[in-house]
Amino acid sequence: MHVTFKVTAGDFSNAGKISSSIKTLLKQLNISSVDVKRIIVALYEAEVNVVAHSYGGEVVCDIEPHQAFIQVIDTGPGIPDLDLAMTEGWSTATAEVREMGFGAGMGLPNIRKNTDELSIQTQAGGHTHIMMRFYISEGTI
Amino acid sequence: MTLRDVVEIVQGTVLCGEEFLDREVKLGFASDLMSDVLTLLADDILLITGLSNNQAIRTAEMSDITQILFVRNKKPTKTMIDLAREQNITIIVTACSMFKSSGLLYQKGLQPIY
Repeated sequence: MHVTFKVTAGDFSNAGKISSSIKTLLKQLNISSVDVKRIIVALYEAEVNVVAHSYGGEVVCDIEPHQAFIQVIDTGPGIPDLDLAMTEGWSTATAEVREMGFGAGMGLPNIRKNTDELSIQTQAGGHTHIMMRFYISEGTI
Repeated sequence: MTLRDVVEIVQGTVLCGEEFLDREVKLGFASDLMSDVLTLLADDILLITGLSNNQAIRTAEMSDITQILFVRNKKPTKTMIDLAREQNITIIVTACSMFKSSGLLYQKGLQPIY
């Protein structure tokens, strides 16, 4: 199953809508609640990151019988120092992002914690491409 | 305790999800930081928060949390309430602070996660 969604930069009122749609989809596919939760928590953090920090982007979701492969691709401005961004507590979030309950520097570490394989391609001034792979323990697809 | 007990203990008002007041809730977590909430492994906790915006409801949805207590008379918007209804989330509001709400509920047996 292959689905894609557009993410609009700065649209905080709709942040989470895509994660919500994919959660519904995963539940319909009878994927275990433990797997659904870790997939959705990682995706939601990534979706909020795109809304909060990027110029916009998309979520590309491929679900196969034993794995979910979710890519979150934005159009910039890139992460200058990825190692620093992966450090718990480090954040460049604006006051607006913090008011939304995020921006404590836990997003990327939380994504890493919930994924089986995580790859992030980014560079300052370029786009950021997050690839998250989750092995699914059971499912009906 | 049940959600009905929670409402009584904090002298709260139920804004939606009245039909779920007999739900049992054993664990509570108080935070305005949604990323912190997203690290929790436990389900069916009571989220106690002063953060009244869509992301509080979305975070609950993603974390399989089906009850939220908004403290200090925070007024959830109609959009938030509609979103909560869609997800079968009960919203309770109280005039108590986060500290007082947590203290009262802990005293009556609501357990912390950590």
